[in-house]
Amino acid sequence: MKALTFKGGVHPLHRQHEGKPLSKDAALREFSPAVVVIPMSQHIGAPCKPCVSVGDRVLLGQLIGEPGGFVSAPIHASVSGKVIAVEPRPHVNGTNVLSVVIENDGKDELDPSVQPKGTLDSLSPDEIKKIILEAGIVGMGGAAFPTHVKYAVKPDQKVDYLILNGAECEPYLTSDHRMMLEHSDRIALGAALLKKASGAPVCIIGIENNKPDAIEAMTKAVEKYEGISVAVLKTKYPQGGEKQLIKAVTGREVPRGGLPIAAGCIVSNVSTAAAVADAVYKGMPLVRRAVTVTGSVKQPSNFIAPCGTLYTDLFEACGGYEGEVAKIISGGPMMGLAVADPGIPTTKGTSGITVFSTKEYKPVVESNCIRCARCVDVCPVGLEPYILNAAALRSNVDVLREKDAMSCINCGCCTYVCPAKRDLAQSIALGKKILAKAAKK
Amino acid sequence: MDKLLHVSASPHIRDARTTTGLMGDVLIALLPAGIAGVYFFGLRALLLIAVGVASAVLAEFLCQKAARHTVTVGDLSAAVTGLLLAYNVPVNAEWWQVMIGSVFAIVIVKQLFGGLGFNVVNPALAARAVLQNSWAGSISIFKIDGVTAATPLSQLKSGQPVDASLLDMFLGKTAGCIGEVSAVLLILGGVYLLCRRVIKWQVPVAYIGTVAVFTGIYAAATGKSIDTFVLTHLLGGGLMLGAFFMATDYATCPMTGLGQLIFGVGCGILTSVIRLWGGYPEGASYSILLMNLATPLIDKATRPRIYGSEVKSNA
Repeated sequence: MKALTFKGGVHPLHRQHEGKPLSKDAALREFSPAVVVIPMSQHIGAPCKPCVSVGDRVLLGQLIGEPGGFVSAPIHASVSGKVIAVEPRPHVNGTNVLSVVIENDGKDELDPSVQPKGTLDSLSPDEIKKIILEAGIVGMGGAAFPTHVKYAVKPDQKVDYLILNGAECEPYLTSDHRMMLEHSDRIALGAALLKKASGAPVCIIGIENNKPDAIEAMTKAVEKYEGISVAVLKTKYPQGGEKQLIKAVTGREVPRGGLPIAAGCIVSNVSTAAAVADAVYKGMPLVRRAVTVTGSVKQPSNFIAPCGTLYTDLFEACGGYEGEVAKIISGGPMMGLAVADPGIPTTKGTSGITVFSTKEYKPVVESNCIRCARCVDVCPVGLEPYILNAAALRSNVDVLREKDAMSCINCGCCTYVCPAKRDLAQSIALGKKILAKAAKK
Repeated sequence: MDKLLHVSASPHIRDARTTTGLMGDVLIALLPAGIAGVYFFGLRALLLIAVGVASAVLAEFLCQKAARHTVTVGDLSAAVTGLLLAYNVPVNAEWWQVMIGSVFAIVIVKQLFGGLGFNVVNPALAARAVLQNSWAGSISIFKIDGVTAATPLSQLKSGQPVDASLLDMFLGKTAGCIGEVSAVLLILGGVYLLCRRVIKWQVPVAYIGTVAVFTGIYAAATGKSIDTFVLTHLLGGGLMLGAFFMATDYATCPMTGLGQLIFGVGCGILTSVIRLWGGYPEGASYSILLMNLATPLIDKATRPRIYGSEVKSNA
């Protein structure tokens, strides 16, 4: 079978097999930190309001943050123990965010609310969606968009495809890969639950062909469910980008400025599906997730870590840094967020942490655009990054609008290929802000 | 943590390709044809090449110093321009003519328009045009071993029999500019650039293909031997140098594959028209210059399609 794909894109680190061999064979291991720092904002949307106080004893799975609106997701205790602080703490976004700090008693005592909610056959689509909402499930591919909002399909909208994203196109990261290998049954069950919740007649799980073992495991796991299949995708970045994935799997395109539902599609991450299975069959809210810690650490690893685990604790569990640290990235090297302070906690959206030493990360100096057209060739959206770059640097709103900066998906392919080392994607992100500001006037 | 971490927006990794690396590849690809030029025309060719490169690099250095800009001669782009200019003059050109050409290419055509990437036309070709029009006598006369010789294309134009055999033209044993004579080594260099993905196939294939088709039809219509006529046009002038190394100049050719095809076809038609009906026996450089001017228009007409445009919504 020919691997499905989209137009454009890049293949970073292909000589190093996308940097994945570092951690791809490291089985998921449970990690239990001494303290967790649980930020009240772990998702796109309104932050939660803490509903516990200093001194309270909390149990695993207990609600500790109430959602601040519809586009929000409740937050639960990821360990059992004592609340030792409710205060602003450093967050991956670079600011201090109100967080609940829990001293882990190591007992993992379950909250009474953690009870099986039903089965695939016994629950209606609306009941499944309600469980997803109450379990605080968000998209686990990185964007952390509340899942219940994504599945709140309007009556006039039809879902033709549910697509599960197992592409894991980000170099280095292997958490989804390990999940698909070790928890294929949970993912398959979650896929069936999400398929029922969405009303989609088919569910397709897209996996890049650099993970043949995951393709095999998932193909086997979905055999017993009707209408669920695995699609083999070409190993290319950003194959797991929502819009690129839809194009590769269905041949459809999401209309400009629209959401996937406008193309009759809903896309969720494979780890999200596993979380849904846990929420339904165990009643366990989203409090733990697979996190790859890789790059320049002594022992690159894949953990199942409670949300709120400090990066520094994970680095220690990996045997510490290898070489002199230059950059710590929440996520992978293409779209991850560089962090200023390693003393921050993981969140529901943290699929991995990549550490770069001075060997892997060397700052570059921008030079003149030579019009080589590489950015145009690789842009998966069909934009002209070199023009948007010039327009953004001059705050030229007309050109930014005409050349459609807003359609940029921030994948970073243009910056990656630029031989003049120009910060193309970065400047287009700036251009989007300029456009948003201009639209408000 | 006693040392501060680097913090910047994503992406955090970069492809190993650099501007200097690309220009270096162009220099490597041009090397064999230059060696052939020195072999066929003697050491004077080497002198002119050295003057061309050195004066281009020096001109760029002084220009950037004078403007208090960062000096970027290390990116090798000025060296490429100087080399191409030297390849585009006959061996009997004066060294100071080559120097004037290089300085004109760098100062007027490149730096005054904003430097690397901002020139509107190919600097080496614009400089060659200036030399050709300023010293029409000496620059358009081709000598081998001190004896004036006619290029295959000029003999073709005046209806004389062509002295050089097709094999001579293929190898480079013919009258012409220093770097344009050895078709085989230019093709070799072009293939190197294609394999290294420095250039794309569209411009050279469309350009050479169009000249072949155009001159082929002309030969058929006028009752000439088609294969000899076409091959003389392909191998006997500056087409290979132009198609692989000049028309593919990043700054002055279109961005998209379709745009590059249009550009290549345009170059091919203009070259053929100038050669068959124009005043000059050779038309490669002027046709590329003219198409350079059309590049912004072609870019505008061949913008890539944006994902999701003209797609209907589900609801």
